[in-house]
Amino acid sequence: MAFEYAPAPESRSIVDIASSYGLFINGEFVDAKSGTTFKTINPATEEVLADVSEAGAEDVDRAVAAARAAYEGPWGSMSGRDRSKYLFRLARLIQERGRELAVLETLDNGKPIRESRDVDIPLVAAHFFYHAGWADKLEHAGYGANPRSLGVGAQVIPWNFPLLMLAWKVAPALACGNTVVLKPAETTPLTALAFAEICQQADLPPGVVNILTGAGETGRLLVEHPGVDKVAFTGSTDVGKAIQRAVAGTEKSLTLELGGKAANIVFDDAPLDQAIEGIVNGIFFNQGHVCCAGSRLLLQESIADEAMASLKRRLATLRLGDPMDKNTDIGAINSAEQLARITALADAGDAEGAERWSPPCDLPDHGYWFAPTVFTGVTQAHRIAREEIFGPVLSVLTFRTPEEAIEKANNTPYGLSAGVWTEKGSRILWAADRLRAGVVWANTFNKFDPTSPFGGYKESGFGREGGRQGLGAYLKESS
Amino acid sequence: MSDGGYSRQVTTPLASVGLPDAASLRTFLHGLPGVDEVGASGRVAMLGTRSIKNASKAWAIDLAIRMVDLTTLEGMDTPGKVRAMSAKALRPDPMDPTAPSVAAVCVYGDLVSVAREVVGSAVHVAAVATAFPSGRASLEVKLADTRDAVAAGADEIDMVIDRGAFLAGEYARVFDEIVAVKAACGEAHLKVILETGELRTLDNVRRASWLAMIAGADFIKTSTGKISPAATLPVTLVMLEAVRDFRATTDRLVGVKAAGGIRTSKDAIKYLVLVNETVGEEWLTPDLFRFGASALLNDLLLQRQRMATGHYSGPDYVTID
Repeated sequence: MAFEYAPAPESRSIVDIASSYGLFINGEFVDAKSGTTFKTINPATEEVLADVSEAGAEDVDRAVAAARAAYEGPWGSMSGRDRSKYLFRLARLIQERGRELAVLETLDNGKPIRESRDVDIPLVAAHFFYHAGWADKLEHAGYGANPRSLGVGAQVIPWNFPLLMLAWKVAPALACGNTVVLKPAETTPLTALAFAEICQQADLPPGVVNILTGAGETGRLLVEHPGVDKVAFTGSTDVGKAIQRAVAGTEKSLTLELGGKAANIVFDDAPLDQAIEGIVNGIFFNQGHVCCAGSRLLLQESIADEAMASLKRRLATLRLGDPMDKNTDIGAINSAEQLARITALADAGDAEGAERWSPPCDLPDHGYWFAPTVFTGVTQAHRIAREEIFGPVLSVLTFRTPEEAIEKANNTPYGLSAGVWTEKGSRILWAADRLRAGVVWANTFNKFDPTSPFGGYKESGFGREGGRQGLGAYLKESS
Repeated sequence: MSDGGYSRQVTTPLASVGLPDAASLRTFLHGLPGVDEVGASGRVAMLGTRSIKNASKAWAIDLAIRMVDLTTLEGMDTPGKVRAMSAKALRPDPMDPTAPSVAAVCVYGDLVSVAREVVGSAVHVAAVATAFPSGRASLEVKLADTRDAVAAGADEIDMVIDRGAFLAGEYARVFDEIVAVKAACGEAHLKVILETGELRTLDNVRRASWLAMIAGADFIKTSTGKISPAATLPVTLVMLEAVRDFRATTDRLVGVKAAGGIRTSKDAIKYLVLVNETVGEEWLTPDLFRFGASALLNDLLLQRQRMATGHYSGPDYVTID
């Protein structure tokens, strides 16, 4: 008899989702002047979760004005030590409400509860704790004796790690003394709105954090608003380029964290079983909705057959299904639009002659799903080796020599992350020196830590988030 | 009881895996892929979050009971103690005849006949041998120890490897000893204890696993229980990967026994999940996976009673022996 795991669903009774949400401006939830709303759904079931306001031009004006007033009022003149207290308070509240936030994230995003519970939310709290510690020590951060804040930050974040991306943006901005207007992605606004409640609970001065929900147009209005001093964006390279054009010629400072097409390089002396886990974690973590996903697997030819056999055997054990089940490994694709994009690129892989493989896998009837997919026989000329798929699709290429591995890894317009698997320490250092990627993981993949700067080369963007280096995105250096 | 594991081919000749001599054995073992300790620990931590509930939990608990080698290995062991434990092995829960028997009782060689008298042929009798637990004796003594236990009725022998020789790189010596003990076992099943707490690194665990399997082990076993750490999830993961890969190479199935330090049902279920997701359900049988334990059984029985009645009983509702 097989060891079937009985369903172990996390209870959703811990979250209380309102039927509709306003905008969070100046410490209060207010109705949008625009009067328009949109629905956010659970991508695993297509169930409507809530109506959410779409902020228009007037709403953006109000939010930016509130952020400006807070910056010129209490927040801008507050000591670092007092700002630190607020950040610690936010961090503790996030921890206390961790289970609720994890459930909410999974409902709105489709990611497995195991990931939102064990990865997303703990990292969110860790980012606030880490930056809380910096708030009164900025003169020791390497930006001169008296670094200054920038002012009002306009922050636009993606749907793949909704609350974590909020934390990456909001925590350093506040620690450095800025105020923010943040726009969450239109498909995943709920945890940002829960964070707005947490700001109220923490008695954060009104206007320090403002949350505007909406889609691309709201984001455009926000980053182009003349009242903002700083623009920070995480999302696609296309939108990033449009933002850079919009910001050009203004006084606004800009950081962009964009797409990626990371190479995960497995040398023939790799710890193979752990490398297989790293490959799986690299591309199937969060359904591959990860800008730094290891979407190009580079296998040394001498072990390619053995590694592919191991990888296929391992993929057959992945558990796809209800994201709320604690035993689910692969959840839902975040939206119909993203599913269409993944499907189109995978079809292009077929058309261009790559060989497609998926483990036997039943997809649920409702919601948006894509089976874990591996393409072998991929060359650098294939679209699936060049374009970011942002889904559970792995392209496998091979190499013969270390030099060839580096050449292929770097042969992309992106440069966000890379992975190196080898038992040889000198080869790790040799490869890390040559890889044109902001993050290089050695014998691991997709590991994040608030103390470690994250960001890209080339079309993957510029600026760093996390660590001492990340503070530079929100500080003016003093002499 | 099934004896599926017993009728399988015993020794893999070195030549079949391309190993004609000691130097090649060394080259082979050092050519195995390395094990990244951080990665292995991360993998078992993730599998440790599997949530096993309801019917699957009840099924897992019964399976775990059937996999227990109920063990006493103390200087103070007496025939009385061994008789009591053997009776419990046959019928673990006196109040509930549906509770299955355990896989085996595991005792020192001089108490094998006592155990055998009680359990008859219903439960295996395993004897530790080869100068257990240190293995510090001459080969002659180890072989005599083994023959004595088999003659007394043991149908499973739990031998220890010479860790000193292994750590000194004398792989051929360890290999030859296992081959000799295997021959001395005759029909008895051979479990080879690696004592992973003394091998220390997971690279060594993988090498020792292959060494033991090539030399003819029917089971590879983590620990004596006399050294801390005893069984751990990362060590068991590496051993399971080794039996999986050995099967792919030789088509022979080798069992794994996690021994020492596993005390709760929750822990046992983590091991079963590890087996399920590393080597698959084929290994989810007492013929191919065992727990070496003493206290574990009572916790499994308490959990079993709770699943049946809906409430916890308590330590007075399971027997001590």
